[in-house]
Amino acid sequence: MNVRLYVWQRATAAVMAPLVLVHVAIVFYATRRGLSAADILGRTRGSIVWAMFYGTFVVAVAIHAAIGVRNVLAEWSPVSERHSGILAAIFGCCLLLLGLRAVAAVVLA
Amino acid sequence: MPTDTIKVAIWRGGADGRYQRYEVPLRQNQTVLDVVTFVQRHLDPTLSYRFACRVGMCGSCAMTVNGRPRWTCRTHVSKVIRRGRIAIGPLENLPVIKDLATDMRPFFEKWQKAKGTFIPSRTRNDPTELIAPTGAARRAADAAIECINCGICYAACDTVRWNDAYLGPAALNRAWSLVNDERDAGNVDRLAAVAASGGCHACHSHQSCQEHCPQALNPTASIAALKRRTMQAYLKGEIEA
Repeated sequence: MNVRLYVWQRATAAVMAPLVLVHVAIVFYATRRGLSAADILGRTRGSIVWAMFYGTFVVAVAIHAAIGVRNVLAEWSPVSERHSGILAAIFGCCLLLLGLRAVAAVVLA
Repeated sequence: MPTDTIKVAIWRGGADGRYQRYEVPLRQNQTVLDVVTFVQRHLDPTLSYRFACRVGMCGSCAMTVNGRPRWTCRTHVSKVIRRGRIAIGPLENLPVIKDLATDMRPFFEKWQKAKGTFIPSRTRNDPTELIAPTGAARRAADAAIECINCGICYAACDTVRWNDAYLGPAALNRAWSLVNDERDAGNVDRLAAVAASGGCHACHSHQSCQEHCPQALNPTASIAALKRRTMQAYLKGEIEA
């Protein structure tokens, strides 16, 4: 890992930390209030705030996890550093697509 | 049961060698280096090993003793012997030349790669720069400066074991002491060197270097400080990744 990847990994971790706390609080709130899927979708659909919240989270996760996977592959597998980077980038793109698809499903009307 | 001999297993041969058993008289105030020297002088003159000062200054005699890297001249047998036995091998993470002698070239090449050489900012015609011993940079340099290049931290490091490109604790600790040397003019190149792949950011902070360092240095802290310093330099655009 070089300093550029280090900065990106730390920065995305710093972004994710408060978002995870808010997300967990929301999960507790929704379950304790007994909100149904329809109730939740009624609040998230068409909401720019929730789109921004989970959109930011997905982008941060995709970057953070891809850098981590790159390091694991480079250090623990026979794959070269360059190929580890390529595989991790593909993994990060998959996470990004899946995550954004999920966000779209709950915020688009 | 007390015994008057030590059963010693010593690594013989190169990387594909094996441990060979010897019996050495147990003495008071005996170091592991004394044991190795006894074997070489009285039992098997073909045994190869390395030492120079015998007082913990030169860093030549590091070996693996009962699974841990140690400076053998300052390691008393009484502290490491287990059931009357001691196993002595070459340092880990370095190519074995023969028996207990390892090839230290990768270790010192990485010092060069980490720009561990002082780059003067003045000439001999300039007045000597006065450095206050109480200054923050001077104290940070002091904390890292007593390395004797024994290679024990390098042998103890898990990251070195699995990452050939990793510069290792000693080279990075040296770089950190120079980063804090106010007389030095090589910091841009040095920070760029240690911020690259295989540099300080490859460290997983296992702290084996700090645990095993015979000089009680803390390379893990030096590496953590390098991570912060290189990050600042990168964000300010002083170095590129």
